[in-house]
Amino acid sequence: MAKLPLEGLRIVALPVVFAGPFATMLLADLGAEVILVESVHHFPTITRGYMPKPPQFLVPTTGATFGGSGGIQTYVNHWAGDRPWDRFVMFHALGRNKISCCLDLTRPGGVEVFKRLIKVSDVFFESNAAETMEKLNLTYDVLKVVNPAIICLSMPGLGCTGPHKYCSVFGAQLQALAGHTWLTRYPDLDYTTTQSLIFHSDAASGAIAAFAILCALCYRKRTGKGQFIDLSQLESVIPHLGEAIMDYTMNSRVQEPLGNRHPFMAPHGVYRCLGEDKWVAVSVSSEEEWKKLCRALGDPPWSEEERFSTPLNRLKNQDELDKYIEEWTCRHDNYEVMYILQRAGIAAGPVLDQRDAFHDAQLTSRGFFEQVSHREAGTHLYPGMLWKMGKTPISIRKPPPCLGEHNDYVFKEVLGMSDGEIAELEKDKLIGGDEYLIESIF
Amino acid sequence: MMEQALSGVKVLDLTWHIAGPYCTKLLADYGADVIKVERPGIGDPARAIGPFFKDEPNPERSGLFLHLNTNKKGITLNLKSATSKKIFKQLIANSDLLVESFSPHVMPGLGLDYQTLEKVNPRLVMVSISSFGQTGPYRDFKASEIVEYAMGGEMYSTGTAGREPLKLGGNVIQYQSGTVAAVATLGAFYAAEFQGIGQHVDVSIMETQAGTADRRIMYILSYIMAGVITTRWPPPREAVRMLIMPQGVYPCRDGFVNTLSLPQWWSRYIEALGMPELKDDPRFQNIYSAEAGMEFDAIWYSWLADHTKEELFNIFLKSKIASAPLNNAEDILKNPHLKEREYFVEINHPETGKVIYPGAPFKMSESPWQIKYPAPLLGQHNEEIYLDLLGYTKEDLVKLREGGII
Repeated sequence: MAKLPLEGLRIVALPVVFAGPFATMLLADLGAEVILVESVHHFPTITRGYMPKPPQFLVPTTGATFGGSGGIQTYVNHWAGDRPWDRFVMFHALGRNKISCCLDLTRPGGVEVFKRLIKVSDVFFESNAAETMEKLNLTYDVLKVVNPAIICLSMPGLGCTGPHKYCSVFGAQLQALAGHTWLTRYPDLDYTTTQSLIFHSDAASGAIAAFAILCALCYRKRTGKGQFIDLSQLESVIPHLGEAIMDYTMNSRVQEPLGNRHPFMAPHGVYRCLGEDKWVAVSVSSEEEWKKLCRALGDPPWSEEERFSTPLNRLKNQDELDKYIEEWTCRHDNYEVMYILQRAGIAAGPVLDQRDAFHDAQLTSRGFFEQVSHREAGTHLYPGMLWKMGKTPISIRKPPPCLGEHNDYVFKEVLGMSDGEIAELEKDKLIGGDEYLIESIF
Repeated sequence: MMEQALSGVKVLDLTWHIAGPYCTKLLADYGADVIKVERPGIGDPARAIGPFFKDEPNPERSGLFLHLNTNKKGITLNLKSATSKKIFKQLIANSDLLVESFSPHVMPGLGLDYQTLEKVNPRLVMVSISSFGQTGPYRDFKASEIVEYAMGGEMYSTGTAGREPLKLGGNVIQYQSGTVAAVATLGAFYAAEFQGIGQHVDVSIMETQAGTADRRIMYILSYIMAGVITTRWPPPREAVRMLIMPQGVYPCRDGFVNTLSLPQWWSRYIEALGMPELKDDPRFQNIYSAEAGMEFDAIWYSWLADHTKEELFNIFLKSKIASAPLNNAEDILKNPHLKEREYFVEINHPETGKVIYPGAPFKMSESPWQIKYPAPLLGQHNEEIYLDLLGYTKEDLVKLREGGII
């Protein structure tokens, strides 16, 4: 029986919010043992909720809440329960296949235990603000003395050096700094009325951080050497906008936002369909596809008009063209439009809301959703693996960990501590515990 | 030259457009030897997509292609003939990894499916990147950036309430799925190298998006676990306000800033604005008050209007408020922080001369990102690969060329 690709590797992680948890999730999916080091003295805002014990009136019951972030604040079945941090959906989304122990890194006794853990680990991963590890005095310089072969990755927003390294940023700000917000706008609205609450930078830097660890693991396997990885989330997302950067460096042109349109494809956009808030995305990339589209729509008279006769004319007269297409899409269900146009050989697909995505035929037929039973949350289907592997099949092996769920495993089995030693550290509240000892940071 | 993380890893690259080439660019920039196989005469379709150097359409001057294909060696090979399949299998025998991004029916149609190639090289890792995956009812469907974001990504909640869902700018879904594919590729490589297991990896762009943070994976799970549908939201001024402090995009003197607020930051705002007196102002004693938020907006908007985005950035940097200007490409190229970190790189290419490109997505202390050579001209390395690597003669090469094979 083949082992999982990263089986036998141990990653100690202090990931927060989106990007870091996403990166460590990908590594855990590949079979690494990812140990989250949490603390019962410090509540990780956003990662495990907005406060340790939110009053029930602050637990949203619909998607339309708090700054419009909707599903960002959801608790399982809208009930925070006795252990809200174990019922926070965001943590569930990215917590699978990881384990959790609790350790106070702000006091010497906790640091001592942490260093013992580093000694028996392969990777230390953290995604905090640049000053966090410096304040804890747990930078690479310190950790490599403990374990010379350790791979350390830090991914503060703007990296570990430079004049703005202490800048406080979340996805929204990284997105703005990287030039992505600039390019994401309705052409007829300005930036203050275009609401964009999807932050690509987390998707970008989370994935590349997992890649970075794999690069370092390959290098270490060959040479025996560990190293430090300085990952600036800003720098990891800029290559995703390479065309816009190159247009400026080659042609001094500052690209402007196109909304749902495309530099040379037309029609290209999102069109209203039958039903409440239902839409379909369509893009036509060639003259051949345009002819197929006309045929699929029953060769309507407008499709013969001079103003739509060439790609350039269609690009120029897109407003009128889009109206005609929407007249047709409006009469159909969005999946129906997909099937009609795909059969004709045209790229088209519904804008899937979360319910549609959960029931989508492609995702379900490939077994994307996997059943998970969780001590505090019950049994649900979760979104699963991002790719499929033929001979080392990856899957959700473990539910997202409850706070401190694996204290025993980590302290006894991994570190080989005696019961007496553990009792001593527990008495000082340096290790252990499965609930926060602070009320609220607000 | 320092040894790189992936030095010695041999990659055969059959990818085209953006997602696949970005995956293999990551491998190449961190040291892998990547041989990019293109169709004779035409090459990667990305060569036909702009922006072009000096706006001159030319397959060797596409900024998109140049950006995505650094550090790769380029050969041409028409995969359809029997001779070329023999050549292809020689290349496979010489490779650790094969990455391809054709529609799922193409490789089996050419007789070059994994089952066949595995016999040539049992430790081969073959990575197939496609829009919907190698199986399932949509496997042969066509897609594009906007369709993939609509179906796989979180387009439904991107944009403003009352308007149509909005695409993210550029081709970021392609880049991100290429990055996820690179994770899958190296994961499988690790198993091949250290456990001796070759295998086929099936990357569906739709799944790379449905399983990705920020925020599709969480919003789907919010629906599953609590029935929540997350949709598009009104802009900051019309949205229901939960906090006294601003949230979202606001105008300043010469542009816009995006600001985020956490409840515990009220004192930082007062400090940033240089208005300590607000601390005791009776209007602002409840930070969860929407009404107070409207009052505060009046102060906030006029203060922003007095400051440039650069001034604001420096103030927020000092006060530790998460707020940043909306940069465009010009702002980014001039950014002092990126300059100090030597982020951008200059690459010399025979058709364009020296041009500035985006640099390393992360810095490794021992095995750095490096540019060894620019993107290949179409068929630039035919002689090197066919003669030196595969042992063909110059006469063979002439015949192959005449046969339209290379």
